[in-house]
Amino acid sequence: MKVPVSWLKDYVDLTVSVEELAYRLTLAGLEVDRIRYIGIPPGDIEPDKAVDMVVDTIVWDRDSLVLGYIHEVKPHPDADRLVLAMVDYGGDALEQAVTGAPNLFQYVGAPLDEPLAVVFALEGAELLDPYSDEWPNATMTLKPRELRGIENRSMVCSEKEIGLSEFHDGILILDTDLPAGTPIQDVLGDAVIEFELTPNFARAFSMMGIAREVAAVTGAELRHPPTQVKAEGEPIEGQVGLDIREPELNPRFTLALLKGVTVEPSPKWMQRRLLLAGMRPVNNIVDITNYVMLETGQPLHAFDYDILVERADGQTPTIITRLPEPGESLVTLDDVERTLDEFTILVADEAGVLSLGGIMGGDESEIHAGTQTVLLEAAGWNYINIRKTLSAQRERGKPVSSEAGARFSRGVHPAQAKIGLLRAIEIMRQIAGGTIAQGILDDYPAPPEPIVVDLPMSEVERILGIAVPVEDVRRILESLEFGVEKLDDSTLRVTVPEHRMDIQQIHVPGNEDIGDVVAQADLIEEIARIYGYDAIPNTMLIDELPPQRNNPTLQAHETVRDVLVEAGLVEIITYRFTTPEREALLTPLGSPSDLPNGDYVRLANPLSADKAVLRHSLIGPMLETLALNNRWRVQQRLFELGKVYLPAKDSALPQEPWRLCLGLMGSRSSSSWLGAEDGLMDFYDMKGVVEALMRGLHINAVHYEPAEHATFFPGRVARVMAAEEAIGVFGQVHPMVVQAHELPDIPVLVADLDMDALMYAMRPDFPVEPLSAFPAVYEDIAVIVDKEVAAARVEMVIRSAGGFLLKDVQLFDVYEGDPVPEGKKSLAYALSYQAPDKTLRDKDITKLRKRIVSTLKDELDAVLRE
Amino acid sequence: MLKRLEDLQADTLAELEALTTMDELRTLRSRVLKGEITEILRSIGSLPPEERPAVGQLGNEVRQTLEAAFAEREEQIKAEELARELEEGAIDVTLPGRPVQTGRLHPATRTLREVINIWREMGFQVYLSRDVEDDDTNFTLLNIPQHHPARDMWDTFYTTRDGVILRTHTSPGQIHAMREYAPEPIRVILPGMVYRYEQVDATHEMQFNQVEGLVVGRNIRMSDLKGTMIAFAHRMYGPERRVRFRCSHFPFTEPSVEIDIEGDNGWLEIAGAGMVHPVVLKNGGYDPREYSGFAFGMGPERVTLLKHSIEDIRYFWQNDLRFLEQF
Repeated sequence: MKVPVSWLKDYVDLTVSVEELAYRLTLAGLEVDRIRYIGIPPGDIEPDKAVDMVVDTIVWDRDSLVLGYIHEVKPHPDADRLVLAMVDYGGDALEQAVTGAPNLFQYVGAPLDEPLAVVFALEGAELLDPYSDEWPNATMTLKPRELRGIENRSMVCSEKEIGLSEFHDGILILDTDLPAGTPIQDVLGDAVIEFELTPNFARAFSMMGIAREVAAVTGAELRHPPTQVKAEGEPIEGQVGLDIREPELNPRFTLALLKGVTVEPSPKWMQRRLLLAGMRPVNNIVDITNYVMLETGQPLHAFDYDILVERADGQTPTIITRLPEPGESLVTLDDVERTLDEFTILVADEAGVLSLGGIMGGDESEIHAGTQTVLLEAAGWNYINIRKTLSAQRERGKPVSSEAGARFSRGVHPAQAKIGLLRAIEIMRQIAGGTIAQGILDDYPAPPEPIVVDLPMSEVERILGIAVPVEDVRRILESLEFGVEKLDDSTLRVTVPEHRMDIQQIHVPGNEDIGDVVAQADLIEEIARIYGYDAIPNTMLIDELPPQRNNPTLQAHETVRDVLVEAGLVEIITYRFTTPEREALLTPLGSPSDLPNGDYVRLANPLSADKAVLRHSLIGPMLETLALNNRWRVQQRLFELGKVYLPAKDSALPQEPWRLCLGLMGSRSSSSWLGAEDGLMDFYDMKGVVEALMRGLHINAVHYEPAEHATFFPGRVARVMAAEEAIGVFGQVHPMVVQAHELPDIPVLVADLDMDALMYAMRPDFPVEPLSAFPAVYEDIAVIVDKEVAAARVEMVIRSAGGFLLKDVQLFDVYEGDPVPEGKKSLAYALSYQAPDKTLRDKDITKLRKRIVSTLKDELDAVLRE
Repeated sequence: MLKRLEDLQADTLAELEALTTMDELRTLRSRVLKGEITEILRSIGSLPPEERPAVGQLGNEVRQTLEAAFAEREEQIKAEELARELEEGAIDVTLPGRPVQTGRLHPATRTLREVINIWREMGFQVYLSRDVEDDDTNFTLLNIPQHHPARDMWDTFYTTRDGVILRTHTSPGQIHAMREYAPEPIRVILPGMVYRYEQVDATHEMQFNQVEGLVVGRNIRMSDLKGTMIAFAHRMYGPERRVRFRCSHFPFTEPSVEIDIEGDNGWLEIAGAGMVHPVVLKNGGYDPREYSGFAFGMGPERVTLLKHSIEDIRYFWQNDLRFLEQF
């Protein structure tokens, strides 16, 4: 909403500066996006109150750019294309300005009866250079010079030269009666306050709406525009009929008739106001509908009455509002042929559709240069239905952009219709001439009851935490034009004014029972924002503390993150969007996938083709991140803890389990001047990280078993189990999957773990073992077993045979080859024995070892390597 | 015999003075104290009885003198050896250290933790809820019905399933929390990822974290909202920062406020908030005549941008290690 201050002043006096006003309105909920200054400099304001302030092109100098009056236009003695304008600018004598302005040639000859008011530039004036390609960024300074033998030290200016518009075909002629010599700043200078209004401020999409807020925040008086009409024509009754068929969608329709108009450009001052407010002037009739809409907030539509009569074959036309008939369509003023939905409310006559109700007229009945009789419409429309229509048209790829639609879709009270109608028809009469038919047609079948709310002061205090004096409450509400009646010292009876559609709107059916609380809350917001949020004290909560609960999920996530960061991994967070095609890359072509399948949550309106569904797995984004960073990192150790979205039985909403993904790739140790060691990370690096995670989470009874998973290198993938629960899989990624992600041909290690399973397996309350006071005994054994025997199995046998006195088993060497027989391998273990209550003697150890060796022999056919 | 002892002492002291290493010292000590003196004293028995006391006494004196001398000389030599070792042991301390593999949290996690911790210490508990929501919970129950103008405030990702959308804010968690806890009082924060149908550029993301807060009770006032939000802002941004409250509009709060803090170049928006709308209280299972509440929402990524002068919000989910490793 763009509000020229000069226009705003018609309805309210400004008792504070424009800048201070902008600040106060912003705090009161009308956010000022910026102030645009036309020809005048921004005012002073404390830095902490400043809003965005811009000067539109240039500031007009007060001494060198003044109001001048051309009293006579004389021919140039030596040039046909130039004339001499004799200008009174408040000096002792007329100043002679040489100009080629085409709109002055018509005045050459006798002195003018009515002098022309113009923008007059004197020597030294700074102007925009109208011939520069850089307009409006290039300026020039007016210097005296000779034009075809005539000394010239002044200039009459075009709009383009002072930056008002790009118009340069002639000089700007003003309608003003200010004295000659008045600085142009005081004639044309203006500030336009540009608001970014929230949807609840539908009432403020007009000069009056803003003026009302200004009155409330500054205490000034609000002036309403007059609605008296001079109607001397034949009564409207009988000249046009009216038939509302859907009063739910079209609660009110009013019509007025004006005969004998002259369609021509509207007056300069009106065009200027429209332009400053962001609308293009068209002709006087259309401009007045727009002007009154901007003024009152009520959109209007003007029909050419004679066309309607013609459509009715010379009979009395009838305006009908109705839903479309099958197959009907309409070409709107923007030249778009529109398909009509079954809920689209239309304005029609008996011959067919005239306009999209409340949104845009059709091209057939519009005002044109020859229009003589204007039938003016002001109506009320159901805003939800208008929104539905706008979004249906938008979804069809044919958005309708109209100021009327913008206002009606936010909500305009039907009571406004008559105000707008009377105001506009009278201005039309004054400007375009003609005679207004007596009376109006006004069909308003069910005017809504006024909303009356009793507001106890205790309720204000309950919500705001401050006792606002009842007189202040009254003053605030009255300044916003609420009706206020004092029932007693602590209760006001408040009548909501008709322009306020936002009070006690029970959007969701079924909440009528709390209508009074809703209305009170609405009123309390009005009181708070005008009283000032600053005036409300700052307190700490005094209410009872709720029952305290932990959040085990969050705690588990944070523990997992900490353990992994301690293990040297870097956390990533990726987009939760992907495509089925991207996820398909996780399975080599032709293999059945081992990843979750089923339906994806698919976006109806994706922003980009590569983000079309919600992911099923974290592995894809992990591989993509590894590929990205491979460009600048030779070593990566990453993890992501995030959600995936899987189909849920019996619900349209997906399951959203958390998964944990680990990714390793590249050098085992960072290279440095000390030399890189150890080569590339492999399966066992990932296993080490997984083991560290299990240890860090104190998960008991972890074991690992070979797994099959299409995403991984066959035989290099393991499943991690906690007791009998599967936690997830990890291993080296299948070379074809590596290749599909444009990763280099080196081992890429990934773990895909179930966060919920981890959470249930982890033991935050793990027991701590007592420290033994007795020495441990260490010894090494090496055993030879078949090559196929899993190391985990050997260790398990050793541990179970060793019993509780065997404290620890560490595998320190794996060897195949001479002298170990073909098909066998040697595994060497460091064993430590320790008792909690005594020093172990040699014979205890010997007994234990014998048991271990014989069990290994029995179960695995293992022999001790000597 | 006495003469031998005196000579031995004199010779040994001279030798001791001349030697320079611990090895030489040990050799000498063992030769003299364990060998030669013992040998002399052992031969006392072959002397006439009247000479024996004098020789024995001198022998002991010599042994003591030499032991003291050895001890003293040992200290000297050790000190010299250490000095030599230190002198030779200097290295180039300007060479870089051995790289250590350090892990890191994502900056978004770091900020979330910081924000959550502040609220936790103020008595708020964490409540998590789902990302994919039904239209009702994301909008209608929050007082934003279908076709209401307020829906324009959120650019929504719809799915191909009817009525299923990606949450545009963490506010649907308010409904879940209230319905779970009513009629108990509530003091929760609801962190989580939210989604907007918005072209991604340096200042806009389609996916970002939000932290919502909700307080419900029998005695919750707008003054509490102000005091609590100021307390948060002072802890998060520093106690010297001024805080400004501006009237705003959210369909699920009434009155609504926008909270700004003082930045280097004017006011910076840090949170939206307001008193919970009566319809929302009712939808959550609380009688709005008896209960009141306040709610707020903030974007932790914006906090991180501000704090670390990050110019491009897209860095967050790109996961370029050159970015992540700076935290």
